[in-house]
Amino acid sequence: MSDAAERNWRSATDETPLVRGLLILAAVAGMALLVAAPLLTVFVEALAKGWFAALKSLGNPDALSAIRLTLMIAALSVPLNAVFGIAAAWFITRFEFRGKAFLITLIDLPFSVSPVVAGLCIVLMFGANSAIGGWLVAQGYPIVFALPGIVLATMFVTFPFVARELIPVMIEQGCQEEEAALTLGASGWRVFTTVTLPKIRWALLYGVLLCNARAMGEFGAVAVVSGKIRGQTATMPITIEMLYNEYLSVAAFSLAGLLTALALVTLLLKTVLELRHADEIAATHRH
Amino acid sequence: MDIDIQEISKLFGTTAALHPVSLAIPSGALVALLGPSGSGKTTLLRILGGLEFPTSGRVLFDGQDATDIRVQDRRAGFVFQSYALFRHMTVFENIAYGLRARPRAERPPKLEIARRVARLLELIQLPEIGARYPSQLSGGQRQRVALARALAIEPRMLLLDEPFGALDAKVRKELRQGLRDIHDATGLTTVFVTHDQEEAMELADMVVVMSMGRIEQIGRPSDIRARPASSFVREFITA
Repeated sequence: MSDAAERNWRSATDETPLVRGLLILAAVAGMALLVAAPLLTVFVEALAKGWFAALKSLGNPDALSAIRLTLMIAALSVPLNAVFGIAAAWFITRFEFRGKAFLITLIDLPFSVSPVVAGLCIVLMFGANSAIGGWLVAQGYPIVFALPGIVLATMFVTFPFVARELIPVMIEQGCQEEEAALTLGASGWRVFTTVTLPKIRWALLYGVLLCNARAMGEFGAVAVVSGKIRGQTATMPITIEMLYNEYLSVAAFSLAGLLTALALVTLLLKTVLELRHADEIAATHRH
Repeated sequence: MDIDIQEISKLFGTTAALHPVSLAIPSGALVALLGPSGSGKTTLLRILGGLEFPTSGRVLFDGQDATDIRVQDRRAGFVFQSYALFRHMTVFENIAYGLRARPRAERPPKLEIARRVARLLELIQLPEIGARYPSQLSGGQRQRVALARALAIEPRMLLLDEPFGALDAKVRKELRQGLRDIHDATGLTTVFVTHDQEEAMELADMVVVMSMGRIEQIGRPSDIRARPASSFVREFITA
């Protein structure tokens, strides 16, 4: 076997150098045209009038408010979705019950429903004209056109990330270690914190990072529920759109550049984690 | 501790994994549940360990009804087929897990835990491996660590699911003797599941031959060999 491999360095799945070259060229060209060039344009446009103009536009109170709001939404919706995601994955992978397939479909629903529709649903349910919404407004807790509505919309859109990352990992790992911990006398909560959580931590972190990236970038659903009130309910993506529509291109692209940078940091974190824990994540590598 | 299984049955959905079976295991016995896959032997073992609850019937430990005792309170040392060692913990932490999981009032102090783990590592003849992770151990070493982890909780019985299934023939022979020695040293009632008739016959005091969720025969290895109770048993033990 090894002799044959040395004699004949080409394996059965290898292609000729020409085919390989063409494939690599196509991949690189595609990436450059579709990903690298637009990203580069964002930064070029942002810096069209120099660093000073770009930074000054970010210091504008409306921009600062948008940045603060977006960070706050991510800080609220990501941990909540992590908890719900773990609970859903736990429930689906550890128990047999009727309607399991339906529940899995339900978890994936936010991926197939347009975010705008999701936003509209929230407006219809919690808007001032609905029973719940009207009552909440009367109590002084408006949902729509306020932070709670934006967080709800973001959570709806980003719900699947953590659960979908965890479910295949938890199915593959099985629950023998949990059973072993139970026979050793550990309580359910202790089993979760000392056995389950360490087992799923990389998949969980991965899901959280993806969830976070999407939470900061969500536009459609938030646009519907936020009412786009400048300085109050306008998130970064929405402020970018408003600035762009007002032909304030330096301001729009500076904010867009910052949003991109936040996403790139997330991506960088993900890559660093992958490099450092390559074998552990290997089993869960799907992106 | 003696174990008395009375008319235990188990349904998974509509399929019966166990038809009502009864079995009395005397204290200190080394018992093999022998049968092909799907014979219900693992289900019976898991019911004893509290990982599965019977659809009907009772289990008595030392004459006391134990059917509804939670898995955490059974004090059954369980060794899983693939050992189920905690992969993110060292061997020391694995073995100490059961002691550390005890409620504060019953938890031994740190030094005492360390002493007990060291003693168990000596019992399994691997005194030097406390700081290693399961992935750094051979299959045979893992099996012995799993055994030590199960013994650490001072169990009332030892339950082993195909304890030698994942090992090669040579290691298997050595560990058989290892299990025999540990059983003789601790005097624990021990039940192990196997599909290997040679293993069952060589190691156990009492062999329970199972098929299709029923017990075909109970007896000493020599009796089963000499007088198989059914054509299934005859064919299975000569296979």
